[in-house]
Amino acid sequence: MNQEGFLNVTESTIAGSNPALPRVFFTQKYGWAVPVLLGVGLLLAIVSSLCVGAYPISPGRAVRLLLYLVWPFHSSAGSQFNLKELTVMRIIRSPRVLLASLAGMGLGISGTALQGMMRNPLVGPDIIGVTSGAAFGGVVAISLELSPVWLITLAFCGGLLAMVCTFSLAKLARSSANSMILILAGIFIGAFFLALVGLVEYYGNIFRIRDWIIGSFVGADWTKVMTIAIPTLLGGAVLMALRWRMNLLSLNDLDAKSLGVNVSVLRWTIIALVSLIVSAQVAVSGIVAWVGLVVPHCARMLVGPDHRRLLPTAGLLGALFVLGLDDLTRSIVHGGLPVGTLTAVVGTPIVCFLLWKSQGKGWGHE
Amino acid sequence: MSNTAVEFHDLGHAYKPGHWVFQSYNAEVARGSIFALLGPNGCGKTTLLKALLGALKPTAGKVVMDGRSAFVPQLFQVTFDYSVLDMVLMGRARQVGLFSQPSVEDEEAAMASLERFGIAHFARHPFHELSGGERQLVIFARALVSEAEILILDEPTSALDLKNQIVVLDWITRLSHRDGLTVLFTTHHPHHALAVADNALLMLGGSKYASGPASDVLSEENLHALYGVDLKLLPFEHKGQLHETLVPVLPYASRARKEPQLPLS
Repeated sequence: MNQEGFLNVTESTIAGSNPALPRVFFTQKYGWAVPVLLGVGLLLAIVSSLCVGAYPISPGRAVRLLLYLVWPFHSSAGSQFNLKELTVMRIIRSPRVLLASLAGMGLGISGTALQGMMRNPLVGPDIIGVTSGAAFGGVVAISLELSPVWLITLAFCGGLLAMVCTFSLAKLARSSANSMILILAGIFIGAFFLALVGLVEYYGNIFRIRDWIIGSFVGADWTKVMTIAIPTLLGGAVLMALRWRMNLLSLNDLDAKSLGVNVSVLRWTIIALVSLIVSAQVAVSGIVAWVGLVVPHCARMLVGPDHRRLLPTAGLLGALFVLGLDDLTRSIVHGGLPVGTLTAVVGTPIVCFLLWKSQGKGWGHE
Repeated sequence: MSNTAVEFHDLGHAYKPGHWVFQSYNAEVARGSIFALLGPNGCGKTTLLKALLGALKPTAGKVVMDGRSAFVPQLFQVTFDYSVLDMVLMGRARQVGLFSQPSVEDEEAAMASLERFGIAHFARHPFHELSGGERQLVIFARALVSEAEILILDEPTSALDLKNQIVVLDWITRLSHRDGLTVLFTTHHPHHALAVADNALLMLGGSKYASGPASDVLSEENLHALYGVDLKLLPFEHKGQLHETLVPVLPYASRARKEPQLPLS
C-alpha cells in the first residue's frame, strides 16, 4: 500500500506476470531496416531481371541501357547499343519487369490491407472473391473488345461487386465479423464469378483467356504498364497514408468506434482502393494467385504486425516475390509458363509451413 | 461543462418490434463518480453500453454524453500480435489526423501513460503474452492516453483472478478519485459495485429498474429481486471507517454445514 492507501502496481502485484518471460520484438528495434533493405533489394532485382532471358545482357550494360532509355538526350550513348538489345530492353524486358513488380507490389499491399481490415490472416484478394469478380469484369470487356480504360473499369466494377456480395452474404448469415463465414462466403462468391467467366469464355469464343485466368506477364507492353501503374501507385499511396488506421480497424468494431474511428467509412474506402488495385492487376496480367495471402504473412514475420512498417514491407516483398518467380519462368522456359502457376506452386508450401510453424495461432480466432 | 457526465432519459431498445430488452430507463451519472450497472445475463447490459457509446441507435429515448469517452471491452483479444506500445498508441486515434501517422509526442504520451500504470517495462513486449490483469491495465493506459473523460468498462474483472480483480478495482477508484474520470462499468459482482461505486443501476427486466446511491440500491431485497438468490450484507470496520460487503447464502451448504468442532484441548 502507498501513502494514499492504494495498492502499488508493480510486477510483483500483477499476478501471473513474469518479466523474464515475454520476448521483446526484434522487429520493434530494427523494424525500419527491413523495408529499406528490401527497397535496395528490389532495385537490384529489377536490374538483374533486365539481364535475364534468351538474349543475355550484362548488368553494367543493362544499367547503361536503362539510363539511356530513361534519359536518351544526355549523351551520344545511343550509338553504343545495337538495335536488337535496344528493342529487347525497350519493348520486351522493361515493361515486363515493371509489370511484374507493380503487380506483386499491388497484391502484397492489397492482401495486407484486407487481412488487417478483416482481422483475418486467412484472407487474400483471391480468397474473398475480388479477383474472380475483377476477372469476370475483365472477360466481359475483352469479349466486347472494349478499350483498356473500359477493361479496367469493368474489372473494378466486377471486383467491387464481388466484395459487396461476399460481405452481404456473410451479413445475411449474421456473421460478417466471423472469420470462417466470411471466408466461406468469399469462396462461394469467387466460385460463382469464375463460373461466369467460364460462361463468357464459352459463348464469347475467347481463346486467349486461359493464360489470363492462370496469370501471366506474357505480352507485357507500355500500355499495360500504364494501366496498372496509375491505379496501383495512386491507390497504394492512399492506403499507405491510411496504414496506421489499419491497426485500429484490426480491433473489434465497438472498440474501434469508441476510439473515434468511423469504421464503416474507413472499411469501405479500403475495400474500394483494394478493388481498384486488384482490378488493375487482373486486367493486365490475369489471376496471379496466392501472392496476396502469402506475402503479408512473410512480411509480418519480418517486421511484426504494425501496419506502419508492415504495409511498405509487404509491397516491396510482393514485388520481389512476383518478379523473382517471373524471372524463373523466363529463364527456365523462356516465358512460356504462366507465372500464376508458379505463385501457387511456391505459395502453397509457404502457407502450409506458416500454418505448422504458428500452430494455428491467430488463424482462427477473432 | 455541467456536473453531469452521462445521462439517459426514457431509454429503451428492442431488437424486434415489441420485444423490449429494456425500456424507459433514466439515470444521471455525476462527473468524476463511479457508476455500476448490474443485471443477470441477457438483461441488456452490453446493449445499454453500446447505446451509451453510440455504437447502437436506441429504439427509444436519448443519451447525452458530456465529454470524450473510452471503452474497455470485456475480453480483450486482438488477431495480430501488436506490442503493448502499439496498443496504447491506438488511444491517440482522435489526436492523429486521418492520413497521418502518430508523432514522437504521441509515442511519448503513450509511454507516460504506461509508466503511470507501472507497466512501462512491457512497452516493447507482445500484448498477447501478458496476463489478464496486465492486459486490463494496458487498456486502461490506452483509455488514459486518449484523453477520455468518461471510462466505460464492460465487466472489467470477469476474467481475472482475485489479486488482479483487486488491482483493477483499485485503479478504477484511483482514476475516479484522483484523476476525476467518470467511470461507468457493468459487473456480475454486487460486492465489487458496493466496494467502489457511488451509484448503481439494477436492470430488473423490461421497464423495471432500481437506481440510486450504491449503498441504498444494493440492498438484500433488490438483489434477491435481481438474481433470485439470497445475499447478506455484512458490515465491517477498516481504518476507523464502516464498510459493507455482500456474501452469498448458499441454500444447501447453509443447511448441511455441521457445527464447528472445538479443537480438543
